[in-house]
Amino acid sequence: MITHRQMTGLLLPMLALLSLVFVAPLLWFFFMSLGELFQRGLGGGLAYAMKAITSKAVVQSLITTVRISVVVTLLSLVLAYPIANYLTRAGKLAFNLVILAVIVPYFTSVIVRTYAWMVLLGSNGIINQTLQSLGITANPLELLYNERGILIGMTYVLLPYMVLTLYAAMKTIDPRLMQAAEGMGASRLYSFVHVYFPLSLPGVVSGGLIVFILSLGYFITPALMGGPGDVMIAMKIQHEVEIMLNWPLAAVLSLALLAVTLLLFGLYIKLGGLKHLVGSDLK
Amino acid sequence: MTRAPLSLRLVVTIGALLLIAPILIIVIVSFGGDGYLKFPPESLSLQWYDKFFGSSRWWSSLWSSTVIALMASAISTVIGFLGAYVLVRSQSRWRLWLLALALTPMIVPQVITAIAMFYSASQAGLVGSLLWVAICHSVIGLPIVLLILLATLQNIDVTLERAAAGMGYSQARIFATVVVPLALPGVISAALFSFLASFDELIIALFLTGVRTQTLPVRIWNSLLLEVEPTIAAVSTFLVAITVVILMAEWAIRRVGGRQ
Repeated sequence: MITHRQMTGLLLPMLALLSLVFVAPLLWFFFMSLGELFQRGLGGGLAYAMKAITSKAVVQSLITTVRISVVVTLLSLVLAYPIANYLTRAGKLAFNLVILAVIVPYFTSVIVRTYAWMVLLGSNGIINQTLQSLGITANPLELLYNERGILIGMTYVLLPYMVLTLYAAMKTIDPRLMQAAEGMGASRLYSFVHVYFPLSLPGVVSGGLIVFILSLGYFITPALMGGPGDVMIAMKIQHEVEIMLNWPLAAVLSLALLAVTLLLFGLYIKLGGLKHLVGSDLK
Repeated sequence: MTRAPLSLRLVVTIGALLLIAPILIIVIVSFGGDGYLKFPPESLSLQWYDKFFGSSRWWSSLWSSTVIALMASAISTVIGFLGAYVLVRSQSRWRLWLLALALTPMIVPQVITAIAMFYSASQAGLVGSLLWVAICHSVIGLPIVLLILLATLQNIDVTLERAAAGMGYSQARIFATVVVPLALPGVISAALFSFLASFDELIIALFLTGVRTQTLPVRIWNSLLLEVEPTIAAVSTFLVAITVVILMAEWAIRRVGGRQ
């Protein structure tokens, strides 16, 4: 059978790709940009970093980022939960139709999905055209280029992740447990609250973490659908690099965002989230 | 659990419609004959497709995207296949951490990845190189390839490989005659989905392509920053069509593979 050395050999290309094209550029970017910062000495560099992170624009952007991420996570949880539950008990045709409605957006380019909502929500967009021609509203509703637009767009883009994660977790719940509870006289609501929901919690936590992690660093949808005042942290980082050419500030903000992201991803793994992705345990 | 109650079916129907409707509406309005995007369109025409396929700039973007995605898919599928094989067959306790590392490109905010890649590439003079964008995209495709192939390879019975080894086959020959043929449906779908991941990727391409090598998503992005141009509806429909073709191909391969 395959030897230990052969295994290492097979693994080398993947390790080389990850370290040379992914890890090394990240380290290099942080090292060089933060190095520039600490040329003024350790105290000067730290003082600059503290001042930058507590500046009004950055604090505002951090608050916006966390608020949007929390709302998007909760919205997608509420929308995805019934869909995922239905998938576990639907007939073949209904299952195929619903899973298709989840999978096609999931694999469609993010920029296409964002554009679709821009066409729908714009002041001359399809929703406003319809509302006005039906006489429901006189003036166009402002649905785009504000935080509402971001929330709609991001929830739409991230919803399939939540549905698929919840479905993977709910599939493993034995339906006979609910039948047993109901057989012993529990109402539907009671058996849902006391049996089904607690058993679905691992999926809720995994899905919530994945959507929250992805929201924190999201760029495309908020950049296109938000207004000038709605700056999420990833947009702020891009702005510092492209417009201000302030690499040290971009590096400080990136490092903070990366640290939080990796910490949450570590928690996700610790809580067994990977098995919802891989489909079984890799112990 | 018993049959889903009516209220649940109603909520799910609305949810499923909300998920699919925006995409369907874009496809429909892209065939509109009016001066702007109207739903439902009053007349039908291919005017936005004429603008899309009649423009040499859109063609050159389509070319860049295709070349980059083909290279990226080849790189991540080959490298990911070898990696997934080791992750499935090895008993090392580092496996979980290795998998976590290989999945991080999916988790790290793409703006950070893209800026770091741009920073290094600009110092090495690699900005604008199609091959370099493809190599960077293969990192993004790797998690997808691994997730698909881990599931595939876990279903291959290790005793088949032992039998081949017992008959004196070399490891390379076991790969070529046992593992790859059995894993072929998974390998093809990994190649298809990593192609799609690169073809649709925006942020890394935004930083790493030059004016002449702009990919399709980058050109859409640049156009959307200025105005919501109707031509984009035709380009979007084209991208949706690619996604649907790939999903159908994958489905067909799984069916054929499953029957054997």
